[in-house]
Amino acid sequence: MSPATREPLAAAIAATRRFGDLTVVDAVDLTVAAGEVVGLIGANGAGKTTLIRMLLGLLAPSGGQVRLFGEPPSRRTRARLGYLPQSLGLYEDLTVAENLAFSAAAYGSAGATLEGELAEARDALVRDLPLGLRRRAAFAIALAHHPDLLVLDEPTSGVDPLARARLWETIRYSAEQGAGVLVTTHHLAEASQCDRLVVLAAGRVAAAGTLAEIVGDATAVEVRTPTWEAAFTTLDLAGLPVSLVGRTLRVPGADPATVDRLLSDAGVTAEVARVPASFEETFVVLAA
Amino acid sequence: MTAWGCQGLRVRYGDTVALEDVSLEVPAGTVAAVVGGDGAGKTTLLRALAGTVRPAAGTVRRPDRRRLGYVSAGPGVWTDLTVDENLSFAGRAYGLTADDLEVRVGALLERTGLAAARDRLAGRLSGGMRQKLALAMAVAHEPELLVLDEPTTGVDPVSRAELWRLLASAAADGAAVVVATTYLDEAERAATVLVLDRGRALLAGTPDEVLAATPGLVVEGAARPEGVPSWRRGARWRAWSPDGSAPPGTTPVAIDLEDAAIVAQLRHDRGGPGGSRRGGPPANRGRAA
Repeated sequence: MSPATREPLAAAIAATRRFGDLTVVDAVDLTVAAGEVVGLIGANGAGKTTLIRMLLGLLAPSGGQVRLFGEPPSRRTRARLGYLPQSLGLYEDLTVAENLAFSAAAYGSAGATLEGELAEARDALVRDLPLGLRRRAAFAIALAHHPDLLVLDEPTSGVDPLARARLWETIRYSAEQGAGVLVTTHHLAEASQCDRLVVLAAGRVAAAGTLAEIVGDATAVEVRTPTWEAAFTTLDLAGLPVSLVGRTLRVPGADPATVDRLLSDAGVTAEVARVPASFEETFVVLAA
Repeated sequence: MTAWGCQGLRVRYGDTVALEDVSLEVPAGTVAAVVGGDGAGKTTLLRALAGTVRPAAGTVRRPDRRRLGYVSAGPGVWTDLTVDENLSFAGRAYGLTADDLEVRVGALLERTGLAAARDRLAGRLSGGMRQKLALAMAVAHEPELLVLDEPTTGVDPVSRAELWRLLASAAADGAAVVVATTYLDEAERAATVLVLDRGRALLAGTPDEVLAATPGLVVEGAARPEGVPSWRRGARWRAWSPDGSAPPGTTPVAIDLEDAAIVAQLRHDRGGPGGSRRGGPPANRGRAA
């Protein structure tokens, strides 16, 4: 499959959104093609929500343009879109089956078949269901009208690892059936499941590409020492973005010589080495 | 070295067993991560450690209430008070003197990066800043045991990294830190990890111990492997081969805690070889399409 050769399902082209004097989204390019899962990540205030609202057609761009299925967002394009908000968007006082029927009526679709545990829970009120099952119900409803584009906000928040893997199976299955998927998430392990990532920082695209492309040759300094407490306090007080992993310290983007000098000045014995940065370390440097 | 924690803990809510035979040891100067999904028992365990839930069986070792810091899930701050007022209030509640309080509040504002926001109402802070404030309030009295319920849920990755730096800093100062999270990549930073599933310990130990204890073989392939439980990892499939042989078209991979937890859950759900409650569904099962 070569998504790049097809017209994108969703495209932001130099999309810009201003609120008064404040530019929240600044000339952002983003595409989602059929069959691919694209992750949109960024710190709070980076412009993710505003960009998503423009892509959904809820907010008009102040500059540039947004296109869905090759045309400006409209009621018609809305019918080809499945949106799963972080809040799940279910009616808590209705049963699973009633939620599904309501959504099917709104979309004029045939509705979904509920299977497995979800079928057993079809007559339960949504508010009585555990979160994992509520998430699966929300997925089933968002997918019931066979949307061409899926927009998912924190799709697996709060569930256990196996349930998360099963939800990703559903996301991947949709993509393999030809849907384009846009995922926004604060969790970088989740982001790393995507085919491609777009990193927003202060309203602009700070990086885009596969995870390996984004990490590139970024490095971190790894510090191994029997007295990690003293080493941590020394580097923390020096203002370095030091983190603890087990009993090892890591300092993204730092110079090993600087770290070495700070530690030896403080009388801390340590092995200091330059190592490839993790995705999270790279992200924090990009987003900050 | 002092170790806080619990042994053989059982907690019931009416007829429901919320925790069964759960043990956790948290030595001073270390961070322990408690991981699980919604309903796994994380909050119950943390409440038992903090002394707000009475266990039906088992023992809890915790310091005196004045030497304990606890941040519950949710806001954890007084939204109608300023950042400064929140910190002062917390400090006074733990009996800090006026002089100590001033020094400590200044240091905490500096360390959390909240100094510029000290006069802002807590209700007007971003989620990440609010969590940092709640954490600062919980460590105002330099507790020996610090218990935090999902401090990073809903928090962006930049604030999350800062929160973990603050946790590590509390541990470096000698506190025993227990932190609940739903994400296993966070747990990899901790000295020990306890994975809960429906009130029971699914995995426990240092991250290395947990990985080493995973039986069989985890493999990866481009297509769903036949005859073994499988799950998605990005565009590819992972599968667990209980007998340690790699199915055709797959290659062994180095596992992480996420894989280890999935394997443990699959084993638990299968109830031994051959049994299958929800492991390894056939392709396309349960889809809306």
